Amino acid sequence: MAETALTHTAEAPERLPGWRGIAADWASDQRAFKNVSWGKAMMWIFLLSDTFIFSCFLLSYMTARMSTTVPWPNPSEVFALNFAGKHIPLILIAIMTFILISSSGTMAMAVNFGYRRDRVRTAALMLVTAAFGATFVGMQAFEWTKLIREGVRPWGNPWGAEQFGSSFFMITGFHGTHVTIGVIFLIAIARKVLRGDFDVGRRGFFTSRKGYYEIVEIMGLYWHFVDLVWVFIFALFYLW
Amino acid sequence: MTNTAVHMEGQLHAPAHGTVATAAVHAKGQQHPIKLYLVVWGWLFVLSTCSYLVDYFGLHGYLRWSLILLFMVLKAGLIVAVFMHMAWERLALAYAILAPPIAVLVFVAIMVLESEYTHLLRVLFFASPS
Repeated sequence: MAETALTHTAEAPERLPGWRGIAADWASDQRAFKNVSWGKAMMWIFLLSDTFIFSCFLLSYMTARMSTTVPWPNPSEVFALNFAGKHIPLILIAIMTFILISSSGTMAMAVNFGYRRDRVRTAALMLVTAAFGATFVGMQAFEWTKLIREGVRPWGNPWGAEQFGSSFFMITGFHGTHVTIGVIFLIAIARKVLRGDFDVGRRGFFTSRKGYYEIVEIMGLYWHFVDLVWVFIFALFYLW
Repeated sequence: MTNTAVHMEGQLHAPAHGTVATAAVHAKGQQHPIKLYLVVWGWLFVLSTCSYLVDYFGLHGYLRWSLILLFMVLKAGLIVAVFMHMAWERLALAYAILAPPIAVLVFVAIMVLESEYTHLLRVLFFASPS
C-alpha cells in the first residue's frame, strides 16, 4: 500500500492558477509534485543536475574562446567534408543533428504507444530510437578519428587556439557517453516492454519495484534531454 | 497553453476508457495525439535546416549569432514543452525545473566579464591582439 502511494500517480487535486497553485502545491502535505510519480520527478531533478554539468562545460569553452589571443579554428572549415568532389561545410554535423532529432521523434511516439499499451509498436519504436542513437555515436567516432588523424589533440591542433581540442573532446565526448548510455537503457527497457513486464507489473531486477509504462516516458525524458543538449552544442560549438 | 492541453487530453480519453479498466489509470499519464509529435518533429527539422543554412551561406556578425540563438531557443523550447511534456505539467514542477537554469545565465554574465578581463591582460602583457 505504501509502495503504491510512492510510485503511483495519485488522483491529482484541482490546480489553482498561477503562483497560488505553485504555493499551494509546495506548501501541501507529503508531496510537492502532485500528479508526477517520484520516478519521473527524480528523473527531472537528475536532468536538472546534468544541465548544470553541460552548462559548466559550455561555459568553460566560452571562457577559453573569449579570453584567448590566438585565433579560434573555424568549425565550419574543420568539420567540412568532401562529398562527390564537393566541399560541403559542417555536413557531417548536420546529418548527426537530423539523426538525433529523428530519434527524439520516434521516442516521443514510443511513449505515446506505451501509454496505449501497444507493446509491439512501443518496443519497435524504442529499438528504432536506439538504432538512430547508435548511428549517431558511430558518426561521432568517425568524426573523432578524422580529427585525431588531422592532428587535433587536447593540447593543440594545426589551425589555432590550443583549447579547441580540449573543449571539443570534453564536450562531445561527454555527450557521446550520454547517448551511449541512453542506447543501452533503451534496449533494456524495450526488452521489458516486449516481454510484457509492464502489463503485469513485474518487479525489476535491481530495485525489485513493479514496473509500469511510465518507465517508457521516464526513459523518453532522458533521451529527449540528450537531444536537447545536442541542440546547444550544435549552436554554440559548431555554428558559433 | 493549459487550455489546449486539457482540450486534447479530453479528446484522447474517450478511446482509452473503452479498452481496459486499468488502462484508463495509466492513460491518465501523458496522452497526446501522434499528429502533434509529427508536427513538432517537422518543425525541428525546419529549424535545424535553417540553422545549418546560416553556416552554409556564411552569415557573419550579429546577424549570424542572433539567428543561431533564435533557432537554438526555439528548438529547445519545442523539445522541452512538447516532447518532454513540460507544457502539460503542473507549474510546481515546471518552475522547479525551469527556474534554476537562470543561475546559469548569471554565471554566463560573470564569465563574460571575467574572460574579457583575462583577454585584456593577455593583450597588454603577453601577446599581440587577434
